This record gives sequence, structure tokens and C-alpha cells, in this order.
Amino acid sequence: MSSWPFSSEHEELRAQIRAFVSKELAPHAEEWEEQGDFPDLVFTRLGELGFLGLSYPEEYGGGGGDYLCNIVLAEEMAGCLSGGVAMAVAVQTDMAVPPLYKFGTEEQKKRYLIPAIKGEKIFCLGITEPDAGSDVQNVRTTAVKTEGGWVINGRKIFITNGRRADAMTLVARTDRDAGHQGISLFVVDTDTPGYKVERVLDKVGMRTSDTGEISFTDMFVPDEALLGKEGEGFYNISWELQGERLIGAAGTIAGARRQFEAALAYAKERETFGKPIGKHQVIRHYLADMATEIEAAQQLVYHAAVLVNRGEYPVREISMAKLLTGEVAWKVSDRTLQIFGGHGYAMEMPIQRAWRDTRLIRIGGGTDEVMREIIGRMEGL
Amino acid sequence: MSDLFTPEHEQLRASVRSFVTKELAPHAEQWDRDESFPREIFERVGELGYFGMKYPEEIGGSGPDALADVVVIEEFARIGSGGVSAALGAHKDLACLYIYNFGTPEQHERWLRPSLEGKAIGALGVTEPDAGSDVAGLRTTARADGNDWIIDGSKTFITNGAWADYVVVAAKTDPDAGHSGLTLFVVDKDTPGFEARRIRMLGWRPSQTGELSFSGVRVPDSHRLGEIGGGFYAIMRNFAWERLCMALGAVAGATRTYEMAKNYALEREAFGRPVGKFQVWRHRFADMATRIEAARALTYRALRAYVEGEDPIREVAMAKLYTNDLAFQVADECVQIHGGYGYMMEFPAQRAWRDTRLGPIGGGTSEIMKEIIGKTYGL
Repeated sequence: MSSWPFSSEHEELRAQIRAFVSKELAPHAEEWEEQGDFPDLVFTRLGELGFLGLSYPEEYGGGGGDYLCNIVLAEEMAGCLSGGVAMAVAVQTDMAVPPLYKFGTEEQKKRYLIPAIKGEKIFCLGITEPDAGSDVQNVRTTAVKTEGGWVINGRKIFITNGRRADAMTLVARTDRDAGHQGISLFVVDTDTPGYKVERVLDKVGMRTSDTGEISFTDMFVPDEALLGKEGEGFYNISWELQGERLIGAAGTIAGARRQFEAALAYAKERETFGKPIGKHQVIRHYLADMATEIEAAQQLVYHAAVLVNRGEYPVREISMAKLLTGEVAWKVSDRTLQIFGGHGYAMEMPIQRAWRDTRLIRIGGGTDEVMREIIGRMEGL
Repeated sequence: MSDLFTPEHEQLRASVRSFVTKELAPHAEQWDRDESFPREIFERVGELGYFGMKYPEEIGGSGPDALADVVVIEEFARIGSGGVSAALGAHKDLACLYIYNFGTPEQHERWLRPSLEGKAIGALGVTEPDAGSDVAGLRTTARADGNDWIIDGSKTFITNGAWADYVVVAAKTDPDAGHSGLTLFVVDKDTPGFEARRIRMLGWRPSQTGELSFSGVRVPDSHRLGEIGGGFYAIMRNFAWERLCMALGAVAGATRTYEMAKNYALEREAFGRPVGKFQVWRHRFADMATRIEAARALTYRALRAYVEGEDPIREVAMAKLYTNDLAFQVADECVQIHGGYGYMMEFPAQRAWRDTRLGPIGGGTSEIMKEIIGKTYGL
């Protein structure tokens, strides 16, 4: 099959990333999962290899590639066998840092973007709060203007990289009465007085990821911490969410394909009633369904990615890709667990981990239901 | 818009759509009641050149451009009659394609040229009462007799079968040779011993689907299409395009049915607002739209590989499976959103529902597609 939409350069990049992932990440997956953590060195190595800045201009230390390079990275990161590690890296490459490039001043780019690309500064993204997630306009964290800066108070939850982050891209309300237009973005160093990691949350899956709850108490940040224009935060974070959802979709469906491959290999090897289980017709059809649904979701991701690469802003297709990949991946991980039978249920096999990790996709980055709201409204309903 | 198509393709799309909207779609309901449609439609389509997109000019085509043909297929799905688009498609993509791919220049002149003009209607006869996708199990025979062949057997579920001027027939020329014992022949409708009978169907009603019987049908060797024993290979080779056509038609049809459902959902009010504005329906529409978009991306993936000269068996089977299962689900949702009206024969929702039910059966059932996909993975 032709490798549309990828070029031979993309395929070379893929081979490099794959070699790194299989040598330096995958062998540690079990150990990191048991620890419920992974070393910051992962970011350093990815930075050294240039994988954290594939599509940024070279003047900031980026690779100067196109958007499809990010898709390649997300796809190959699925090979690290730990959803938490892949997610942590995606937060850096495609969620918390892109707003700095898109909306930041030269000064902010020097101070944050360049070290982020090098893997020297780890980022987290502060949108979600105990009482507001996708409903961004209801964030309650406030930033009040004061002499030379802003005083921020509030609380953020479910923050990936929340314990290890050096800096946060933060969403806060700067005007209580201005609705959508009262939201602004900030970039904040996590060692700022008043910034506190309250706790690291215990999760059913994505266990290597440090998911934090963070509070801000009279946290003063200078004027230079404002990211983009005051009052434009809602629109700017909506832009960020598109990249977040599409990279999530790309990684998710690549993970589902790995699941399928594991299920397929097992179905050929495991015998019951005198033949490999994959030769029993029902299992063969399960696998055919899985492969078909993966391929359809995959092509939807590529369709959206090609539109992004062309400079379009395809909210509808991205929302669809996010929705469908999450559903398909979840179904595939459950079918895979079923095909592995008792082994699928045993903690010593990675099958249950994929099942637990995948379940987050239908929640994080905007739930399935939020995606359907967006799509339905765009369809005029 | 997909980068598969050029601006010229989009112009063609506008022309075909205008023709379909003005001259075909308004009659879809009546033709469904009639369980037929005028033969002159073939001549009109031929005159416009829409049968000939993938065929070269020297044999009366207007191409060759497979993607232009894709545009025609997609727009014909907007007729709103599975039977009419199937009849036109079975002529253009089955009968004509077999004659083009395996015929001699004389055979092209005799059957293909008038077919592309819409003056002759063709059908393809492979399926039998006891064998469909299991092509090796066909029982119709062709026995050599001097320079002629004597064909005996029967075919069923043959689209256009009841009114075709000629049928491309698969028959066993060597019953002991398995796959390599199958050969193709062209049988004209007025040949003694050939009979066609209409089959009444749940959907696709105007499609003139027939059961054919062959009792001592004598045809000269000049009616043999391709090599002796080459029939199985020919059928396999054409499956890719046939299934791609079904996938393309299913996606385009599902898009049309979705729009019909959505228009109704925005128009019909209950409890003080359009039913489409209730959250459950908004979400059901979002699910449909998402799957239609994925189905199109999947189909275009297979199409892209096909036009680049590959034989993407797996991707084509996936596209055929996914799109046709989906088209029926969308039609069922369309009936549901229409409520009582959805169940009434005077509304088009039920027709989409009946017509799309054939998708997971025709051209190889969904279960056969899964067998094929499974085989490509070594299962």
C-alpha cells in the first residue's frame, strides 16, 4: 500500500523514532508502571534527539518539519507500551507548548519554547478545574491585575505532568463580567511562590503519568507572564484543544493497532479444539471487525491531519476523529482482552494495562459526549 | 474536499448532480411503485457520456478516468433509488467492464459501444441459486460442440437480468478443473433456450432483477469472453472495482439519507422545539456524521490504492463491509427520526431503509467480507 499521507522523509523519521522507543522506552514499561512514574530523563533524551520540536522552526531549535511529523511521533510513541508516558510527551509536544509558539512574544519563546523543545523545561497545561473542564468559560481561577503583574488564585485538577512540570500554560479568568472574553492565558513557572502541587492523583490507568491537583494562592506573576492578548484566552485555548484532540486521536488509534496486532499474533498461536483460535470463524470475524474499524478511524485521523497540514482549521473532522478513535480503541482493547482470555485478565500481561489506559481517551481532552455536542452543533442541531 | 479530485471533476460533479436532480430523483418514488423505470434513461445517460468515463474514446468512452467515474457513482447515489442506481451501475461497472477488460476489438464493437451509448443494456450473470460468492461452486455448464458452446444452467439475483439485451455468463467449461474450469460467455437475450423471469424484491424494486435459465443455449465461440478457463480470474479481478463501487455508492447514499433525516429533524417540532435540537438526537446525528466521514476516508483510501494500480483486497473488503453496514444503520435512524411518517410508503425514508438493506448482502455479504479480511491476515 502506498504510504499516503506520508512522504519518504516521514518514514525515515518514523524509523528513527521507532528505534529509540523500542530501545530506550519499551524495555522499561513494566518497571515504570510498577513505580507509577517514569524518569524526567525521557524528556531530556527526546529533546536531545529533536523529537520534541519536530514541526517548530529551526531558529527555536525545532526540526522545521510539517504537522505530519507530529503525527508520526504520536503514532510511534504508542510503541512505548505505557499510555502514561506517551500522554506525558504529547502534553509537551502538542498541548501545553504550542500556545507559546503561536501566541507568545519573542521573549517568551526564548525563555520557554526553546528549553521546552530541548526537553529542559517540562510543561503542563492548566485548563481543567474541579468544577469546569470542557466548559472552559466557567473556569473559576482568577487573575487580578495589580501593579506590574497579576495575582492568581484558584485550583486546577487532572493536570498531566502536574508534579514534574517546570512551567504551566494556564487558563484564568481576567474579567468576571466579560464571559468568553474574560478569559486569558498565562505562562507560569511552577516555582513561583503561591503555586502548590496539592497531591498526585491515583488513577485506574495511565499510571506512569503524574496527574496533579494544583492550587494557586495569591500567586503573583509579572506582566510578561500573560500569553497572547488579554481576553483572548478562550479562543486561544480552543485552538490548542484542536491540536490536543487530533494528536490524542493519532496516538490512540496507533495504540489500537498495536493491540490488534497482539491479538492477531496470539490468535494464531493459541490453540483450542485442535486449531488456532483465529481459525475459529467467530474469532476471525472479531479480528476482521477490529481491523476494519481501526482502518476507518485511522483514515479519518489522516483526513483531519492532512487538512491541518494544509492550513485549515477542521474542528468538525478533529472532533469526529477524537470521538471515533476513542470508541474504537476502547472496543479493540476489550476484544483483545477477550481473545487473550485468562491471560488478558492477568496483571503480568500488558493487555489489561492497555484496557485500563485506553478507557481515559473517552474522557480526557473532552469526553465523547462533549465531542458529540460539538459535532452536532456544527451540523446545525 | 479530498485531494483525489481535480476542479474538472468538481465541474463534472455539478453537471451530474444537476441531471440527477432534474431528470431522475423526481421520479424515484413512482419508479419504485412501478418496479421499473423507462429504458430511455439508459439512452439519456449514454448521450451525456456518463457510462463511458473510465473507457477510452476509441471504443465510445469519454475517458479513461476512473475518478470521473467515481464522481458519477457518487452522484447517482443521489437519485434516491437504489434500484435505478444499481441498474445503471450493473450495466456500466459489471457488464461493460467485463466486455472491456476481457473482450476482443470485435466484441467491443458489438456489445460495448452500443452499451456506452445506452442503446443496449447489459447484465452480469455469476450468482446461481446454490452458489454466490463461492464461485468455485457454480453449476452452470458450457459444453463445446464443434465451433459452438452449449450452455445449461441457471442464474439468479441478476440485476438488469429481466430486461438485458445481453448477459455476461460464467459457466463451467471443465467441471473437474475447479477454479480453472470457469469461462465467460456473452449470451444475447433472443438466443433460443434463454429465459428471464423477474424476481420481486424487498428493495431495489426498479432494478429489473431476474432469474435466468439456460436450456441448451447455443452460442458461437465468438461469444466467448477471454480465455477458456479464465473466468475465475476475471471475476476476481473485477471484484475490487465492483466492491469499490458499492462502497462509494453506500457512502454517498448514506450522506444523502443523513441529510434527509437532518432536514426533517430541524423541521419537525415536538414539545416546543425541533426534534433535532433534543440532545439525544443531536448526539445520534453526531455519531452518524462521524461514521459517514470515517467511511468515506476508508473508501477513499482503498480507491487511492486502486487507482495507483495496486490490488488492495483487504482495504476494498473493509470499505465494502463498513460502508454498507453503516448505510443501513443510517437509513434505520432516518426511519426512526421520521416516526410514523418513516413507516409510511408515501415518505422516502422507508425506501432508503429497504434499498440499503441489500448492501450487506449484495456483492459478497458482510460475513464474506470478514472472511476475506481474516484471510489477508493469515486466519
